[in-house]
Amino acid sequence: MTSSSLTSPQDAPAVQGRSLWQDAWRRLLANRAALVSLIVLTLIAIAAVFGPLFLPWSYDQIDWDHVEAMPPDFASGHYFGTDSLGRDLLARTLFGGRISLMVGILATFVALTIGVTVGTVAGYVGGKTDQFLMRFVDLMYSVPLTFFVIILMVFFGRNFILMFLAIGAVEWLTMARIVRGQTLTLRSKEFIEAARASGGSTPAIILRHIVPNVLGVVMVYVTLTIPNVILLESFLSFLGLGVQEPMTSWGMLINDGAAELEINPRTLIIPAAFMTATLFCFNFLGDGLRDALDPKDR
Amino acid sequence: MWSYFARRVAIGIPTLWAVITVCFFLMRLTPGGPFDAEAPVPQEVLNNLRARYHLDDPLWQQYVDYLVNLLRGDFGPSFKYHDFSITTLIAQGLPVSLENGFCALILAIVIGVPLGIAAALAQNTRRDYVISATAMTGIVIPNFIMGQVLILIFGVWLKNSIFHLPAGGWNDGAFANRILPVFCLALPYVAYLVRITRGSMIEAVRANYIRTARAKGLPFRLVVLRHALKSALIPVVTFLGPATAFILTGSMVVETIFQIPGIGRYFVQGALNRDYTLVMAVTILGAALIIAMNLAVDLIYIWLDPRVRYDQQ
Amino acid sequence: MSVLDIKALDVRFANTDGEVAAVSSLSLSVEKGECLGIVGESGSGKSQTFLAAMGLLAPNGRTSGEVMFGDTNLLTADEKTLNDLRGDKLAMIFQDPMTSLTPHMKIGRQLTEVLVRHRGLSATFARDRAIAMLRRVQIPEPERRFNMYPFELSGGLRQRVMIAMALLCGPELIIADEPTTALDVTVQAQILDLIRKAKEELETAVILITHDLGVVAGLADRVGVMYAGRLVELGDVRQIFKAPRHPYTKGLLACTPRLDDATGGTMPTIPGQPPNLQNLPAGCAYHPRCPFIMDRCRVERPPLRPTPTGSLSACFLEGSPS
Ligand SMILES: Nc1ncnc2c1ncn2[C@@H]1O[C@H](COP(=O)(O)OP(=O)(O)OP(=O)(O)O)[C@@H](O)[C@H]1O
Ligand SMILES: [Mg+2]
Repeated sequence: MTSSSLTSPQDAPAVQGRSLWQDAWRRLLANRAALVSLIVLTLIAIAAVFGPLFLPWSYDQIDWDHVEAMPPDFASGHYFGTDSLGRDLLARTLFGGRISLMVGILATFVALTIGVTVGTVAGYVGGKTDQFLMRFVDLMYSVPLTFFVIILMVFFGRNFILMFLAIGAVEWLTMARIVRGQTLTLRSKEFIEAARASGGSTPAIILRHIVPNVLGVVMVYVTLTIPNVILLESFLSFLGLGVQEPMTSWGMLINDGAAELEINPRTLIIPAAFMTATLFCFNFLGDGLRDALDPKDR
Repeated sequence: MWSYFARRVAIGIPTLWAVITVCFFLMRLTPGGPFDAEAPVPQEVLNNLRARYHLDDPLWQQYVDYLVNLLRGDFGPSFKYHDFSITTLIAQGLPVSLENGFCALILAIVIGVPLGIAAALAQNTRRDYVISATAMTGIVIPNFIMGQVLILIFGVWLKNSIFHLPAGGWNDGAFANRILPVFCLALPYVAYLVRITRGSMIEAVRANYIRTARAKGLPFRLVVLRHALKSALIPVVTFLGPATAFILTGSMVVETIFQIPGIGRYFVQGALNRDYTLVMAVTILGAALIIAMNLAVDLIYIWLDPRVRYDQQ
Repeated sequence: MSVLDIKALDVRFANTDGEVAAVSSLSLSVEKGECLGIVGESGSGKSQTFLAAMGLLAPNGRTSGEVMFGDTNLLTADEKTLNDLRGDKLAMIFQDPMTSLTPHMKIGRQLTEVLVRHRGLSATFARDRAIAMLRRVQIPEPERRFNMYPFELSGGLRQRVMIAMALLCGPELIIADEPTTALDVTVQAQILDLIRKAKEELETAVILITHDLGVVAGLADRVGVMYAGRLVELGDVRQIFKAPRHPYTKGLLACTPRLDDATGGTMPTIPGQPPNLQNLPAGCAYHPRCPFIMDRCRVERPPLRPTPTGSLSACFLEGSPS
């Protein structure tokens, strides 16, 4: 084609890497919904992690003066009131948030580790390996995986570690597919070929060149997976398979609250508000990130 | 095209077999058994029970027996409801769950897809924001809260009005008893479908061939319906596979809350009671449903995108 | 009388991080039966100029100025008026035949829907007309192709289908946006030949947008050269090839390979980068790359002025300031 002389040479992506992230960050902050979500999430996370330290009551402490659900009362330090056993609702909500967020993040981390490993290897190595791995992913998609999570939780007991391992093992599939797709397009890029030509080993290339470049999509997917996991945890709590008393999570609090919906709506509304706010924010943040990293969505 | 389809069927069968196998060994190898709950049982009775359910056979024998019975459509006896075979339980529960799931899916498509298109075509306007934010609410609020809130509103608060709906029970599938559960089951899908359709429609309208179609002077509405909709529907159709899995999970919640005798509730009770055969049967059925739905999805693809007919031979 | 008359057209895009000035105060007109070539680097605003005229800008695009097609100002016309013109009197052929046809629809349907829309023809009549048109653009076995999907055709055949589609209603103006860029050389020549025939037989005015000066030389009567959203030179095609006035046009000509030049070696390119449309340099947009730069080029923008050869050029090298 004669037109090639008129098109300007493209900069190598490696050179642009830095400013690409800065651009994305700038675009993210320009997105009001995403910015507000980021702030709210940060506040909720700080409150969940440090809040309980500053409250007069701990999450499992029973206030024998108020053993019945009580409306907010500042004098006794129950800012959101107590639940039907006289435990401080704010302390429980914050502590439950800590657990829910932790399950969300840990399980997503498990999903991320498996998904990125499988995805990059399948995409980069290609051939038989790719076919095998993707067939396996296809196969797993036809399996009712939540059933297996439930079975595991029932038969092996309500074990905290098992819970996020199991959930993580369910959530990695989509991640693997997305990462593989990205890797496939990266593989033919010049800088990968250059790395290969200069004798980089496969694991080294994957770690140093592929992984950093799929990070964008992965981050989007992570922000969208965490709320999914939190929902799944609340679902397990609904079935009575969540974390074990006296530990608690948003899912458990909501489920307890729902039982008293008619008499004591506050015990449902407060944890539910925290959880839905968190889920909303994660979703908006994820969408915002996606738009920020994919500027064709002007 | 048919060989492509046949190949997909051929992949489905080993998948199902793998599910059965994993499930079977998972059940038999876990600590604790179905009779644990029936506390102090004399050893002798226990042995009798074990013999009755062939639990004292070698494991591989049990496995082979199970597969053979399965091929005959026999899921074995229930460990909990001693007088029922699982097949009977399923025969009662499956139609109920299928009907509800199907209605929910249709409802979700009928509401979700048009809303998604409306949002996409008004991208970044107030209408888009309202639709998208409402959809997000549907995703973010768990099913079991929604169910209980609906019960409170329509079952309790509106008890003496014409809007009163039964708070639970099945009543042999009376229409009034179906409304809340189906709605509750459909809600998350409406939300997902809105999001998926919105995204894919935005993408579809951006395609070069849409510009061509507009350059022909076709009214925009026609351009959307005739030229964009089919490709925008591909991700929607793709979602039907996972949606089935999803509806199955959702039916556990909805059937429990509304006390509906479907397989979702059987699964929950079966799991909590360690009723091995019941849990296995529902899991296998679930997998079969998902596989069947994925096959249906493949067929729809062929209609939506003629390239599939040729590419995938 | 001119078929299309553009006056002081501006096209702006609102971005999250500012405004892109894709086209700025552009004026030109096309006469009946004439072929006007538009050349310029990628991103110089060629496509956006005419997409604006067709009313097909992206949603974030804003226009000002005037684009007269007959008595209609296309920029302010309502959707209904535009739709009555588009595909009938006003046709456009797009750059990428691979993605410009609806993939899930048979060729035939995509052709006949134009006739149904604008001529109200019945299905059978429309079919006959469409097949006749396919034959006219030299598609072999048109009856069979009529029932095929786009992916079953080669790139060249698809572009022929696009041309057939554009010709169906006998338009007064065809805008061809890089109709040959995606095709290989022999096919390019055939496609250009088709466009030439259409122009001669139907007396249709043609606007031919391209990167490729060679294409312009073979087909156009006049040529406009665009840089950074502005017209920098406009005039008779032979004049411009023989004696380019604007330094940018000179640069472009210098890096056009000639057919007789069988070098596999490096082609000369214009040094420097095309400007950032979001942040254009002051003065003449070309000054950072111009070999003839003068002081005033940095501060003042040269207007488009007549030159001794009869073409218009936007450069201070043309005589003294007025
Ligand atoms: N929707 C949009 N939002 C922002 N900028 C846009 C948009 N569409 C086009 N542009 C910008 O407008 C400028 C002109 O684009 P145009 O398509 O007219 O270029 P062109 O001369 O046709 O180039 P090519 O030869 O590559 O087709 C480009 O820099 C492009 O980035
Ligand atoms: Mg262009």
